[in-house]
Amino acid sequence: MEETLLDIELKEKEEYIINMGPQHPSTHGVLRLEVCLEGEKVKYLRPHCGYIHRGIEKMSEKLTYPQLLHLTDRMDYLSAHINNEAVALCVENAMEVEVSDRVKYIRTILAELTRIASHQLWWSAFGMDLGALTTFFYGLRDREKILDIFEETTGSRLIQSYITPGGLMGDIHPNFQKRTKEFVKYFRKKLPEYDQLLTGNVIFHERTQGIGIMSKEDAIDYGVTGPPGRASGFHCDIRKIAPYSAYPLVKFNQILFTEGDTFHRYLVRIKEMWESLSIIEQLIDNIPPGETMLSLKAIKAPKGEYYQRVETARGELGVYIVSDGGPLPARIHYRTPNFSNLFVLNKIAQGHKIADLVAISGSLDLVIPDIDR
Amino acid sequence: MTREEMTALVRGKFPDVKLGSNKQFPEFIAAPDQIHSLCTALKEDAQTKMDYLFCETAADRKDGFHLVYHLTSSALGHCVMLRTVLTDKAKPEVETVGGIWMAAEFYEREIFDLFGIQFAHHPDLRRIFLDDDWVGYPLRKDYKDSFTLEH
Amino acid sequence: MYDFSPLVDSFSHFFTETFSPFWAGLFSMLTLGVAILLFYAVIGLYLVYAERKICARMQNRLGPNRVGPLGLFQTIADLIKLLLKELIYIRRADALLFNMAPFIVIVASIMAIGSIPFAKGLQAIDLNIGVLYILAISSMGVIGILIAGWSSNNKYSVIGAMRSGAQVISYELSLGLALLCMITFAGSMQLSEIIKSQQDGWWIFKGHLPALIAFGVYLIAGTAETNRGPFDLAEAESELTAGFHTEYSGIKFAFFFLAEYMNMFIVASIATTVFLGGWLPFHIYHFEFFNKGMDFVPPVFWFFGKTAFVIYVMMWFKWTFPRLRIDQLLALEWKYLLPINIINLLVISFLTLMQWHF
Repeated sequence: MEETLLDIELKEKEEYIINMGPQHPSTHGVLRLEVCLEGEKVKYLRPHCGYIHRGIEKMSEKLTYPQLLHLTDRMDYLSAHINNEAVALCVENAMEVEVSDRVKYIRTILAELTRIASHQLWWSAFGMDLGALTTFFYGLRDREKILDIFEETTGSRLIQSYITPGGLMGDIHPNFQKRTKEFVKYFRKKLPEYDQLLTGNVIFHERTQGIGIMSKEDAIDYGVTGPPGRASGFHCDIRKIAPYSAYPLVKFNQILFTEGDTFHRYLVRIKEMWESLSIIEQLIDNIPPGETMLSLKAIKAPKGEYYQRVETARGELGVYIVSDGGPLPARIHYRTPNFSNLFVLNKIAQGHKIADLVAISGSLDLVIPDIDR
Repeated sequence: MTREEMTALVRGKFPDVKLGSNKQFPEFIAAPDQIHSLCTALKEDAQTKMDYLFCETAADRKDGFHLVYHLTSSALGHCVMLRTVLTDKAKPEVETVGGIWMAAEFYEREIFDLFGIQFAHHPDLRRIFLDDDWVGYPLRKDYKDSFTLEH
Repeated sequence: MYDFSPLVDSFSHFFTETFSPFWAGLFSMLTLGVAILLFYAVIGLYLVYAERKICARMQNRLGPNRVGPLGLFQTIADLIKLLLKELIYIRRADALLFNMAPFIVIVASIMAIGSIPFAKGLQAIDLNIGVLYILAISSMGVIGILIAGWSSNNKYSVIGAMRSGAQVISYELSLGLALLCMITFAGSMQLSEIIKSQQDGWWIFKGHLPALIAFGVYLIAGTAETNRGPFDLAEAESELTAGFHTEYSGIKFAFFFLAEYMNMFIVASIATTVFLGGWLPFHIYHFEFFNKGMDFVPPVFWFFGKTAFVIYVMMWFKWTFPRLRIDQLLALEWKYLLPINIINLLVISFLTLMQWHF
């Protein structure tokens, strides 16, 4: 079996090894963390992933581009629309076609709604990990409204496969704009409640401030992007560095801090939710009319290699396609944010206690199927 | 840095490096024994400062394994794509860049797991997704197991 | 106010007159035991139901409402399920200690119920060292937790038990000192005497600021003692699966579960007795008409109402705050609560000497 810490001789008498996972209430997904502890302090930790490796990259080599799109939702399932958008953009750039403005606006609005929904679920689970069990219900109650919007337009709540190379699978529902505007108004009133419940709480501050500090150099070296990277000062928001879809048309701030501890990783996501609301408000009233699907004869990427970067809720997703000119890709690789975010856990959790380990891994917001693909 | 400046800088330091045909990023093709020094040079040079390796992957092509590195600079923003071709498919081997960028250690474990490419001087080269006793390297084009034989 | 003493005396007279002293003693003890056990079980079940309904309200949902009218039979259904569950025998666990641990925990809390005054004369034992007895008995519960954690032969359980042991032993100090403050006011450790001394007003009002501080400290220490609320890291589900009772199933788990709720009830009833006047109604000094109205409600209802209020506050804590880490918890006790307690005790002793309370 796989070489584990158990095979290494424990140096001091006080050390012992504990296994968190693969089934554990707070590692969200099937991840095994082998932790070497001395008393309550973490000395070394080894993550073992691969429990949900499904071979998505290998499977995609036998599927056409519209078909393999459906597999991408299942990687980081909380950012499903954004994953679809990544593949769609990569193929469209390869074929050198451009979608209509209407499609760009809708894609961006859906991406921002997905970002908010993902952060809401993260907030619910993070509070629950720390012991404030009520946050689970408040966050999910608000997330239901977004899922209702998705269901009305795309037919599905969690994994939609709606954004596809060439445009969208179908036009948006007539109620889409109205419901989204209602949601934005509703959520602007509810988001301060999240602050009242957790952000200002003194117990929460004690549990998260100064815990799991990640320096900017570590973030860049390990390739940690998304909110954990931005909390350490790493300027990595792809929506600013290499804007795509309707992002060049909207004004929003990139949330950057320098402290890099759990509390600031938390704050980045809360502030990102505010920014996403502002982006949606800038776009929702101005969706231009147009066609939602290009009439393409066949979806074939010309011979060559193409790379597309997008910003999911968790960080930078990269789609790398190697094509021989046919309808099937010769090789497709997904550079997933969670894969890079996971391995920094060993560096930042050393010296902290078990309870802190739970807080730190919650603040990194890992979705395990994204690590394993 | 523009594409021309980058090309001039790299060609200046490593004259044997060939230019690739990628339209998105400046692409450089180096020999397997040169790639490590090319990466180190790109990271340490003050004009390029490529401190962020955002993707390292491999592809099984007809002429060998193509190992591809995508680099960018967090401060200066320019991107570069490096490629090296390992022609010996039976025993592919290249030097690890895990000492230059920590992220590469994990990308290379994945490449080893799925392609079988050995990385010399890697501190901890073992399978990451598949079981330790798995036989074969699935992402190779000639991989056969009971599932692929049926379909 | 109705005095229950003649009623209670008539029961014991019945026994002594019908049987010889030995059998009379035995039968009266048996009856009392069965009565307390029934009371314990019923209150425990309905406390679980109350918790589920209260936490549901705070979490914007309904709670159990299918089994029986308003879901009242939900806990009975849960109890039947727990009774019918398989008792898993852990091969490597220390069998004697593993089986003994839940019993220690539950016996400790049942014995404490015996000395709580529910109404005038309605008290199983009225010891003259009542408060000390209750503190001593509740401390026995921690032995059960430590034994449970150790004998389970499971790293998670041991971690949970060690955390819990350290926590309970530290907070006993604050609990005892806070109670000592009020005993200084009341002048006696006997629970019925403490209530008698509150006939002209509850100690929380008579003792003004120091009594309020003592009440606050007592509530915090009491929540920590029972492993509840923001101090429940001994059984923190999100970190250690279930802490010290991970390996228990069926009726043994039911014992731990029930004992936790009943310990909460005991902490609340002691708070009621010592701070809030026990079974005495709410009288405003010299407001005769109001007082006569308040007297209409029987003392038993006053007692349970006040206890319910304190329990509600304790449940409120649990569902609002995140969990404290073990070192933060111990720091809270040793660096903050203990000095506050000691200073408070000095102030109260001085006040009592100078008769500067109401």
